[in-house]
Amino acid sequence: MIYTLFSILVFPGLLFLSIFGVIAEFIDRRLYARFQNRMGPPWFQPVADFIKLLAKEELIPEEADARMFKILPVFAVAAAVTAFLYIPLWNTASLFSFEGDIIVVLYLLTLPTLTFFLAGWYSTSLYAMIGAVRTLTQLFAYEVPLFMGILSPAILADSWSLEAITRFYGEHPWYALFNILGFAVSVIAIQGKLERIPFDIPEAETEVVGGAFTEYSGKFLALFRMAIDIEMVVCAALLAAVFLPFGLELHPVISFVIFIVKLLVIIFIMSLMRSIFARLRIDQMVNFCWKYLAPAALLQILISFILKGILVR
Amino acid sequence: MIKPGKMFAEVMNNVFRKPATELYPFVKTEKPDKFRGKLEFYSEKCIGCKLCMKDCPSNAITINKIGEKKFEAIIDLDKCVYCAQCVDTCPKKALAATKEFELAQLVHSKLRVTLNANIEVKKTTEGQA
Amino acid sequence: MGKVMIPIGPQHPALKEPASFNITLDGEKILDMIVKVGYNHRGIEKACEQRTYIQDIYLLERVCGICSHTHSTCFLQAVEEIAALELPKRAHYLRTIVAELERVHSHLLWLGVAGHEVGFDTLLMYSWRDREIVMDILSMLTGNRVNYAMNTVGGVRRDISPDQIKTILPLVDILEERTKYYIQVASEEVTLIERLSKVGTLSHDDALKLGAAGPTARASGRDIDVRRDDPYAAYADLSFKVITDNHNDVLGRTLVRVGELMESYKMIRQLLKNIPEGPIAVKAPRKIQAGEALSRYEAPRGEDVHYVKANGTDRPERVKVRAPTLANVQAVAAMLKNGYLADIPIVVAAIDPCFSCTDRMMVSMKDANSRKENFIDWKTLRQYSIDWYKQNRGVDMSKIKISKRW
Repeated sequence: MIYTLFSILVFPGLLFLSIFGVIAEFIDRRLYARFQNRMGPPWFQPVADFIKLLAKEELIPEEADARMFKILPVFAVAAAVTAFLYIPLWNTASLFSFEGDIIVVLYLLTLPTLTFFLAGWYSTSLYAMIGAVRTLTQLFAYEVPLFMGILSPAILADSWSLEAITRFYGEHPWYALFNILGFAVSVIAIQGKLERIPFDIPEAETEVVGGAFTEYSGKFLALFRMAIDIEMVVCAALLAAVFLPFGLELHPVISFVIFIVKLLVIIFIMSLMRSIFARLRIDQMVNFCWKYLAPAALLQILISFILKGILVR
Repeated sequence: MIKPGKMFAEVMNNVFRKPATELYPFVKTEKPDKFRGKLEFYSEKCIGCKLCMKDCPSNAITINKIGEKKFEAIIDLDKCVYCAQCVDTCPKKALAATKEFELAQLVHSKLRVTLNANIEVKKTTEGQA
Repeated sequence: MGKVMIPIGPQHPALKEPASFNITLDGEKILDMIVKVGYNHRGIEKACEQRTYIQDIYLLERVCGICSHTHSTCFLQAVEEIAALELPKRAHYLRTIVAELERVHSHLLWLGVAGHEVGFDTLLMYSWRDREIVMDILSMLTGNRVNYAMNTVGGVRRDISPDQIKTILPLVDILEERTKYYIQVASEEVTLIERLSKVGTLSHDDALKLGAAGPTARASGRDIDVRRDDPYAAYADLSFKVITDNHNDVLGRTLVRVGELMESYKMIRQLLKNIPEGPIAVKAPRKIQAGEALSRYEAPRGEDVHYVKANGTDRPERVKVRAPTLANVQAVAAMLKNGYLADIPIVVAAIDPCFSCTDRMMVSMKDANSRKENFIDWKTLRQYSIDWYKQNRGVDMSKIKISKRW
């Protein structure tokens, strides 16, 4: 009982995630800066930003639904942290597991996006509302390729449980090579989920100011930003668990280091994408997702089915 | 012709490059020789013709007589636009531009500087500003 | 979501200066748009009348922070024409060198801003990093990075040394190489092309009708350039191409600007190689004889026009500035017709607007939102000012005769 509580709240739960989220944000910003030949922020910048936001006054628009306005950031953080508990990290065992948890994780990862939408909607500001509508429009575009991309390895592993999937790929690491297409699709789609360039349309500052978060300030904004940081780590961990099943059965410390390295590689790829593309327009984004991303994900599923027929007897 | 990720190579190159930005307050770049910063005043050369006052676009400079053939210059650093027209105008080269540019102050009155006020007549310029 | 009216400005992250675009949206589509400028009126023209010609140079230089040399040169061309001053050739060359360097820095700055508006911050960082090279050249030549204070009545204030020419030439080569890279990026990077092409189209006829100027007009296939059509300074001695493009959209405007960069490098090299020896200024009188002149100048953003009327004193009687943005800003509404909300920042940025340059006079326009009639006719305005002076200054101005036209 105490161990479970410790796992949920401290390691590898809330506290670890928050700290790692902050570190991930720093690494992302630093890499982005180095890609652009800048120096980038010092190591404590995300923490300083967080503390600064906590110290600031919270303004709630008069027209907004105050209770929803306040509670949504907490929902976002909670959903992201909960998703993390089902993901196997440095070994093949996750904290909680049951048959079908991969679906639960994917839906828990959808929740923050929905809270962004609701946050924008309940702010009753024009910019926030446009940002909220864009968030939702975008959700329908990237969610299907993302689900298909992440679920295709599950077909080969013949299980809907993340633990079983990692165990399967841990036994046959070379099978992971067949999922490269799905990995690419998922990384691109996750850029949409995390609202990063080229899919940062909902919070394109030159168009809709702060998007759904335009009216947010103070600790609520800090929580939202924390939620996005945590979501980034969770998404990276999910991709690592599903697509990069290496070094799981080694000594826990070594495995943990390998796990961190995997996350950093994924964050590196995401930062790189952020720096070499321009932001797309919402119609172009939807077009791209349905024209290229979804067929690619379908192809991955087809590959998985064929391989399943050949390999798994 | 059309390539996605055209900047990929350039971006990767930059990871191993020295940042183009500088840590400003700690690292300072050399100002060019013709830089127009805070003014310098050579009171011994000044003849009090006050042409600089006439030409100053922002009325930032005031020449006061403080004794027999002795002049002082009062410059409002916040009014000055650092065009150095006074330096060009001065017939006796009594004014010069320095490379000093970090002139921000928290107290407004400190922006009013009296150049060469070391003569016996003590002027209080505070309070006027 | 139905129809919504969304205000872009007066304060908005996409705008570097205050201007107001009230946009009626249907989802993401633009239905209607009202452009309002005038938030940055600083009374510069009036202030010019109260200052001497020398003071005016520095005042007019501050009309715009990006094209500061443009405005002071344009003003001085008019003044020198009235005063019948014959400038030494070297002064003309130096003015042209600074003018072309200014165009280079302005266009590189624009490229970065355009990148930022479409969410391509890497392009912003790179082009602004490379812009530092030209800023260094400018500060080496003139002393400062902006507001160069290079001009004076009858010439320029600072000379160029052979050593400096030697340092500048290799730097120009670096800039040229980098610009070639940006041309490649602009014509090959797929996300950038998606965001730029077929966006903010302005047909050749519309460009003509709405009086667009500069790169905006040239990207719609209008072959106009004051540097070639009405050469001033040293442009008559130079050989260069006027870059035009038939894309009619933001991509076209980008290609015109980067193309102009390449031409500018050519010009700078010619100027540096052929700069004649001699004095850099002639002695100018403080009082300018009575007369009037209109001067044209090809600013980085388009044609800049200054009108100066002198009355024999050391102060001008009237200075009128027509900045290029005023010519271009009306085209924005036409460009955005049937566009998307996401395109507004880049389309507005594509004319390279400078609203503080533009806001010369406050004309109380009829506001679409207000119920009150805001028009004041000349008679009412005159009566208002007479009353105001009587009340506040104790001066009776009603005896002053005015032209019959009013």
